Parts: sequence; structure tokens; C-alpha cells
Amino acid sequence: MGTLIVGASVAGVRTAQALRMRGYTDSITLLGEERHSPYDKPPISKEMLALGAGAPVPLLSAEQLADLDVDLRLGARAIALDLSARSVETSDGEAFAFDDLVIATGVTPRMLPGSDGLAGVHTLRTAEDAEAVRTRLMIATDVVVIGAGFIGAEFAAAARSHGVRVSVVEPQPVPMAHVLGEEVGAELTRLHVLNGVTMYTGVGVDSLVGDEFVEGVKLTDGRTLRADLVVVGIGADPATGWLETSGLSLDNGVVCDEGLRVIGAERVYAAGDVARWPSPHAEGSVRIEHWTNANEHGALVAASIMGAEATPPPPPYVWSDQYGHRIQIVGRPSTGSLARAFGSVDTLPYAAIYTQPGGRIVGALVVDDPRMFMKCRKAVAAGALVDDLDLGIAAGT
Amino acid sequence: MTVKGEPSVALFRNMAGEFFATADSCTHELWSLGEDSDLEDNEVVCPLHMARFDIQSGKPLCFPATVALQTYAVEVDADGSVHVLLA
Repeated sequence: MGTLIVGASVAGVRTAQALRMRGYTDSITLLGEERHSPYDKPPISKEMLALGAGAPVPLLSAEQLADLDVDLRLGARAIALDLSARSVETSDGEAFAFDDLVIATGVTPRMLPGSDGLAGVHTLRTAEDAEAVRTRLMIATDVVVIGAGFIGAEFAAAARSHGVRVSVVEPQPVPMAHVLGEEVGAELTRLHVLNGVTMYTGVGVDSLVGDEFVEGVKLTDGRTLRADLVVVGIGADPATGWLETSGLSLDNGVVCDEGLRVIGAERVYAAGDVARWPSPHAEGSVRIEHWTNANEHGALVAASIMGAEATPPPPPYVWSDQYGHRIQIVGRPSTGSLARAFGSVDTLPYAAIYTQPGGRIVGALVVDDPRMFMKCRKAVAAGALVDDLDLGIAAGT
Repeated sequence: MTVKGEPSVALFRNMAGEFFATADSCTHELWSLGEDSDLEDNEVVCPLHMARFDIQSGKPLCFPATVALQTYAVEVDADGSVHVLLA
């Protein structure tokens, strides 16, 4: 029966690859809800929104996919897990038995209430989303982005490159402040302003306006923004609905141990955005929705299935591409506070270093300087002291 | 450092003073390993998505890299000049 992997995006595919690299010879079945062959997700809010963008970027070449020797089932949505029968049922009524099960179903983006049946309101998670939004961008004039997280910020940048008016609505007074602090959040917000985006911060969305097509966004302060395209980036929830009847332990994600083994279940694992686990880089358990995390989980789960020792994962890493600039973040800035800032978004590069009391570096953000970023990454990995960090430029604070 | 050309080559010198040469671009996505990457012992880390390779064998060491880097022999002359053998 072998291994059944539910979810054919980054975490699921990397798990299959890592199993084969470790010499796993049993069968591997990979269930993908989408009709596409496995593709990469980061381009959805970036390159795939550009004029003339084509098919999604494949995660594997045809040759790699063939060599992987997996039974890849596309359009197969898991609807239930029966732990006693050790089988997963899909929406078309098929049952897949397994010896080992890997849950890699990712997350589902949150939608605004009241957007049902209203055309022109989108989230960005799938290739279909990217295609729909790109098509809409060609005729839109007024775009409203709800949520100034990474997806919203990247979409705002992509939309500006289409020459449309772009407004961003964000309930926090300073976007990204909950993760990066106010000073750095404000600096990154200036990137949007410098690129012609109108920011509405510290204000929420009351409702969407329009009957069949969206026409506007009504804010909680009474203002209404004109809109013929709305993109919602207000976070995502783990896709665990299909596990609710399984008896697995769920708590904003599938609860796992340090080897991504699901707590309370035999030979069941979770990987990627859906997994909550005690990362060596965090206190308590966390669920991380980073692309790199999904890659690392694939390697970790495969090691657990094979009963092998895994290399501990490096510090968390995430990047974002906005207006031709690359923002790179390492570690967990939210667990520290801003200790040093270098440069600004007008005089790039820009860097921010986060420390815990005592000066140990726990996170860093760098815009447009990969070399400087790699120095910061090394310092985070080593738990170096901020006073020992030499980036070769003078600090602003 | 990167030696631009057809092909572009990344030339590394490790802490022991040994030279190694590989294809300049990461095999995961087009990005120069000779310019901004991090060298830890004989492992190079791509600054874009943190793919890691062994610079001696070219082997990928972690995701997202799954394809090996082309490696090239390096010769150091008595006068200290370094030659990368592309053939």
C-alpha cells in the first residue's frame, strides 16, 4: 500500500521527492485537489499576474515527475479519513488505503463575508485565481486590496505595473506591525506610497458594494472606495475540514511532534502550512505558512517515515517581491524587538535587525542586498550578538 | 566570485585555501552563486531560496535544489594564477 500523500503542492511533492532520495521503494500515491500537475505557488502573486503570463510554473519537469514514480491523482479532493480502516476517501467516492499517510492539504484563504456571488472579488491561492485576477486587471481601473500582508502587498505591486489605481485597506494602523514592528512596517508601507498606491490604514471593511459585479468597498469609517476589482488577502485557515470526523488532534492545524508525526496517531504525518509543530526555532508549537517551511517539512517527514535522522531545519526564511525590490526575512522578528535599522527604502539597501533582551539576534529583514542578508542569516543561525554584527554600513538607530 | 562567459562560472575558495568551480547559476532558479552566496566549509547557500550545494561534487544538499551543479576542474599554477578547465 505504501505512502499516501494528500496534497500535491510544495510540501506533498517535496515529501515524495525526499522519500525517493532516501531510497524508499514502496508505492507513493499523491492526491491533488487541483486539475493541474504540481506547480509552484510563489509566482501566483508575482509573475503570474504580469501581462502575457502563461501556465503555472511546474514544480517538477516531466522527466522528474516520471522518475519520481508516483501515482499522481489530479482533481482528487480528500473528503474523509478513516483511521481504523487506514483509508482516505475522495469526493468522487474512491478510497485510498495506506501504510503511511502524509497530510499536506495546505491552507484555504479567508474570504470576506458578503462576497458570495459578487463578481470581481478574488483571493490569490491557485493558478485559477491568478488567471482570473490577471484577466480582470486588463479591464479594471480601480483596484482595492484588502489586507496589507505579503499577498496583498505583492498583488498591489503587480496591479500598479498594469497602470491601474490601487488602494490598500488595512485594519492595523501600521501594516505588518504585528510581525515586523511599527518602524519597519511603516518603512515598507512607504514602498507602496512611493509607487503610487493609496493606503487606508487603521480602518476596516464594512461591506462590499455591488449587485452582480463589485462596485466599491465601504469602510468602517463610512467612506466608500470605488472598485472594479477587489483582492482579499486577510490570511488563511488550515485545510482540515476533511479531517473533522477522523478523530485526529486538530488545533488551528494538525498537531504534530518535532518529527511531524501526528500526535495520537500511528504512521500519520503532516507537512507544510497545515502542520502545527514544535519548531526548533520557536517556543511552543507553530504553524508556518512559508514556502521554505513546506520544502523543509517534506525532507523532515520523509526522514520520519524512513526512521532516519533528519538535518535540523535552518531558521525560518521568507521573501517577498514588490515593485522590483526583494524583501528577505530570516528568523522570527516578532519574538524580538528592533535593535538596529540601516538605510531606508529611498536609499536602498534597507536592513533591520531584531534582538531579544541581552542583544541576541533573533531575526532580520533586508531589502535589496542579498549579500547583507546572508550575513544576517548567519548571525541569526548562530544566535550572534547584535554588537558583533558588522554589515559594513552605519546604523540609523 | 563569478567569471562571466559562456558558461558563467562561480569560482570559490574555501577557508583551507582550496579552489572549486561550478556553474554560476543555482539549478533551482536562475541566480548567481558566485556573487552573493554564502560559503560554509564546502557548502554554498543560494541567497534566493537557500538551496545548498556541495561545491566539490556539485550535489544538491537540500530543497529546493534537486539537480546537481555542473562542476569544473581548477588548476593553480606555481605563480598563483587560477585556471578553470571548462572542457
